[in-house]
Amino acid sequence: MSLKRWLYIPVILIVLGLLQWACSALLLDGPIRQGPYYYQILILAGINIILAVSLNLTNGVAGQFSIGHAGFFAVGAYVAACISVYGGPGIHSLLGFMPGDAQGAALLVLAMIGGVLAAALAGLVVGIPSLRLRGDYLAIVTLGFGEIIRVLILNIEAVGGARGFIGIPKLSNFFWVFGGVVAAILIIRNLTRSGYGRALLSIREDEIAAQAMGIPVTRYKVMAFVISAAFAGMAGALFGHFTMYLHTNSFTFVKSFEIIIMIALGGLGSLSGAVLGAIVITVLPELFREFSEYRMVIYSLALILIMIFRPQGLLGNASLLGRKRGGK
Amino acid sequence: MHAFLQQIINGISLGSIYALVALGYTMVYGVMRLINFAHGDVYMLGAFFGYYSSRVLHGKLQSSLIETILVMIVSMLGCALIGMLIERLAYRPVRKASRLTSLIIAIGLSLLIENLAQLIFGADPKFFPQLIPEKQIALGGLSLTNQQIIVVVVALLLMAGLNAFVFYTKSGKAMRAVSFNLDAAKLMGINTNAVISLTFALGSALAAAGGILVSMNLPGIDPLMGVMTGLKAFVAAVLGGIGNIFGAVLGGLILGLAETFVAGYGSSTYRDAIAFLILIAILLFKPEGLLGKGQVEKV
Repeated sequence: MSLKRWLYIPVILIVLGLLQWACSALLLDGPIRQGPYYYQILILAGINIILAVSLNLTNGVAGQFSIGHAGFFAVGAYVAACISVYGGPGIHSLLGFMPGDAQGAALLVLAMIGGVLAAALAGLVVGIPSLRLRGDYLAIVTLGFGEIIRVLILNIEAVGGARGFIGIPKLSNFFWVFGGVVAAILIIRNLTRSGYGRALLSIREDEIAAQAMGIPVTRYKVMAFVISAAFAGMAGALFGHFTMYLHTNSFTFVKSFEIIIMIALGGLGSLSGAVLGAIVITVLPELFREFSEYRMVIYSLALILIMIFRPQGLLGNASLLGRKRGGK
Repeated sequence: MHAFLQQIINGISLGSIYALVALGYTMVYGVMRLINFAHGDVYMLGAFFGYYSSRVLHGKLQSSLIETILVMIVSMLGCALIGMLIERLAYRPVRKASRLTSLIIAIGLSLLIENLAQLIFGADPKFFPQLIPEKQIALGGLSLTNQQIIVVVVALLLMAGLNAFVFYTKSGKAMRAVSFNLDAAKLMGINTNAVISLTFALGSALAAAGGILVSMNLPGIDPLMGVMTGLKAFVAAVLGGIGNIFGAVLGGLILGLAETFVAGYGSSTYRDAIAFLILIAILLFKPEGLLGKGQVEKV
């Protein structure tokens, strides 16, 4: 039984590897015109899925409305990029015995670990003071922290400051990004279904009642926040090593809002909704390129209408990955 | 010393703008317990209404003072209408829903207004006409502009007017009653919908005034000018104690001074961060704000 439960990991890895091979054969070097363009959308959708699924843990499951997710995304991206840019040569010479691809993979893994840890730490630092607050105040404080993180990065010359951070090696690809997607979805899905997840749900429904039941509310909220920030950091690490260039303009609160729109679209608290929302928000603007100036107008109007007429989101609490969960 | 006094003057001038915008946040929060994120964008709309109405009116009137007053009134009325529309169409349908719902709607509204404004007005900055020609006034070595004085005087007049309205009229009394307890006010026969509409109208009109006053000193106006000012005015409202009218004024002035000092003596890139630092500090140490009253949470 226990062996069987872990069997899915190699299966997933093999499937991802096959898909990666298919991607490079078909899209990158293959017969499909505009293949690289589709590939890029695919990767960005993957990164957005990680962001949406992770934010869904704090905003949807735990009900703690954070609008500073882009800040943790930025921390992960910049720290990971620093590791591979400044630590890259050293690691390459250390791993000189390996083939080039394996060296790159090892470097990416190291950078991702660094980015995840840094973002988790940032989440802890931001979360402990902010999560004493509720509702609107929490929203504004997380927005403030997100902006402070951005302004701080903007003032660090070692990461390019206002010019942007260039020269990041292109290490992430379909395999890593979607490996990250699978990891994020599985871990967060299992978390929400564990006792810990139930406790978070109860905090969302009624904080005082949850406390009265003996749930250490603040600690659980901070934990959710830290996990969510860690996955945002992973998304950032993957993002930086795909675009090869980072600028703080990608991490403004507009990005945070975009992630919120993704999860609100799919239904706050619904995991499959977050995935769907992320895909829709990534793909739709590409389909309607000629209307790109109307993009944000449509987004925001859709957000308002959804919240007025269908506040549970398009999917609500229905989950594509299993039985329907209880809830509001 | 001169530099110091100069910074104080600039800070007060900036702070009175924040105070005007913060009043709208505080009033709406007072009656509805809602952060109207779109408020900063109403301030932007105020500046644009002012811009277009002054283009229409320019040269048609003898006195630039009358022109300024007319521009101001048109813009304030326009924004009051917008504020009431926002409340009626977006917030009223979800008043009974959870606060998270209205918060997300507020964010959506803010994005909607910004992006519609970019489509309609264009994203490039526009030069706001000099309604009143700028004059330098030397005051014992300090340099003041007449516009800074106008900003502070008009802001003070409007705040005094608001104060008189809230504390000495029947509608003001109704507003205070609604802010104290909406359900009880309803039971006492107060038309709460009308009061909430009125609150949005008043707050939006003040924001419009702030938008015009600030634009007279700015090189240009653009559809995103309300984003940062709106957030900072919200910080000012929280700093003073949200829901408290005097608190909003006090918070606005403190924030204006803090910003000019950081920009003057530190680095101007950190200027936008100081507001958030203040916000975080106040929420951690005195979450009810400087003048606010603490609330006990009831189950």
